[in-house]
Amino acid sequence: MVRVAESRWFAVSVVVLAIIAIWYWFTIQLNMPWQQSVYARAGEENVPFWQLLDDLFSQQRPVLPAPHQVAVEFWNSVVNANPSTPRSLIFHAWITLSATGLGFLFGTVLGIVLAVLIVHNRAMDRSLMPWVIASQTIPILAIAPMIVVVLNSVGLTGLIPKALISTYLSFFPVVVGMVKGFRSPEAIHLDLMHTYNASGAQVFWKLRWPSAVPYLFASMKVGVAASLVGAIVGELPTGAAGGLGSRLLAGSYYGQTTQIWAALLMAAALSATLIFAIAAVERLTGRLMGARA
Amino acid sequence: MSGWVIFAVLFWLAAWGLNEFLVRIRTRDRTAETAINLAVPVIFGITLLVGWEGLVRGFNVPPVLLPPPSVIWERILLSIPNPIWPDFQQTFLKSVLVGYAIGCGSAFIVAIAIDRSPFLKRGLLPVGNFVSALPLVGIAPIMVMWFGFDWQSKAAVVVVMTFFPMLVNTVAGLNATGAMEKDLMRTYAAGYWQTLLKLRLPMAWPFIFNALKINSTLALIGAIVAEFFGTPVVGMGFRISAAIGRLQVDMVWAEIAVAALAGSLFYGVVALIERAVTFWHPSVRGGRAR
Repeated sequence: MVRVAESRWFAVSVVVLAIIAIWYWFTIQLNMPWQQSVYARAGEENVPFWQLLDDLFSQQRPVLPAPHQVAVEFWNSVVNANPSTPRSLIFHAWITLSATGLGFLFGTVLGIVLAVLIVHNRAMDRSLMPWVIASQTIPILAIAPMIVVVLNSVGLTGLIPKALISTYLSFFPVVVGMVKGFRSPEAIHLDLMHTYNASGAQVFWKLRWPSAVPYLFASMKVGVAASLVGAIVGELPTGAAGGLGSRLLAGSYYGQTTQIWAALLMAAALSATLIFAIAAVERLTGRLMGARA
Repeated sequence: MSGWVIFAVLFWLAAWGLNEFLVRIRTRDRTAETAINLAVPVIFGITLLVGWEGLVRGFNVPPVLLPPPSVIWERILLSIPNPIWPDFQQTFLKSVLVGYAIGCGSAFIVAIAIDRSPFLKRGLLPVGNFVSALPLVGIAPIMVMWFGFDWQSKAAVVVVMTFFPMLVNTVAGLNATGAMEKDLMRTYAAGYWQTLLKLRLPMAWPFIFNALKINSTLALIGAIVAEFFGTPVVGMGFRISAAIGRLQVDMVWAEIAVAALAGSLFYGVVALIERAVTFWHPSVRGGRAR
């Protein structure tokens, strides 16, 4: 009993349950004014409590939908809708996911290439590194819709513009992490490679690269979350083209709060899945490379 | 046409050569070293701008796609009094600063409160870590629905976006104190608050400032993106989306430049405060890291 109470899962579930309870409380508070005005117009008084609760949780456009409403909407649009039509969340999630994946791939490759250049060339290190950091203080996400529109007018449509935004957001953690990783071999190991008369390429492939792998996975986890945000925001202006971002925008135009929350839930699930997937690959790679568990 | 391109390429080669030369200078003089460290990235930045200008002019890229930096600069100078300054006031001084202060402040207080309960720490930290990886900008339409079109809804988005990174980092920072130091405080008969103020908070500052720096850019992004979902006719996000609609691309870039400048300055100010507060930290105290 004590061990259950001290386990992490128990604590997390209690916190999650508490959050859901608070959510319900807020649902009641926030949806009450509208419900009361409905009753006032209908001339109903002394509505029984259960009736009131039922009405509160079944509004068409609630200010804050109750968790179970979001769950039902999520279920309907994931399981009960045909995945090839825009009514399905899977349809939108797939569009967002493909942009995220492509951008993340670009970003990771770009990040590794920049990190290799920075580690091997002092001039690059000095001149590039401050700008890599400064590039992230530019609120690129804020202009993401514009980049999409401009690239569309050049003829680049579909995935690429969104993927470019994801690239911009995800290359930064990879550069910073990999520069650290490539520099993580200790001097004694570099000296050992030197006594073996190893060439620069050999030092890179046999020493620097293996020691940078843990850093790569750590920064990939940050990068993939950033990519997803980039893809979603990049979808805001594309409107009908689909994706979780356009689903959010459509929901906000038509006051479909439940739809917004369901799309947010999908985005959360997507981001969690991506991070777990990278963690799984990390464990696998670690085992193949003979890391201690 | 090709004159501009050739000039840009020559300038780039010359700047590259200069930088390669500069980083090879070995000097004992402190001021000379600082000057070189500053000059190298500045030369790189200027090269970027010259390259942009040269290529855009050389290849006759239509200004609707990408205006050259000189045009953007003119636009900034022209429109500082009218759209840019009121937009900056609306977006930065109201939404960003208010949201940032409330978000970081409340997260700090919550972190100190849950720090006393191991149960809450175990339960809230994984949730907080999870939430801070979520695409939280997505709540912008909901906040606009709840708090209306004015800056309050944007500040609310900023509060939510900045809260979780701050919470997670502060709790991590408060846990950074070693057992030895805590034991030492105990032998001094220090109370909870004394230990907190004199030992644990100072140890936590590097973590907290890390979160504050991350949040400084997150806050600006949140405020601008939230303005895409509905806003009064002022604000940087509004101006960007309105200018795209009218194809005034130079205006868009002018707002972006101002936003980038504001973001960098905000980050820089936080970093300066960090240097002053954590003057004892190895990364500040000088000497070269590695």
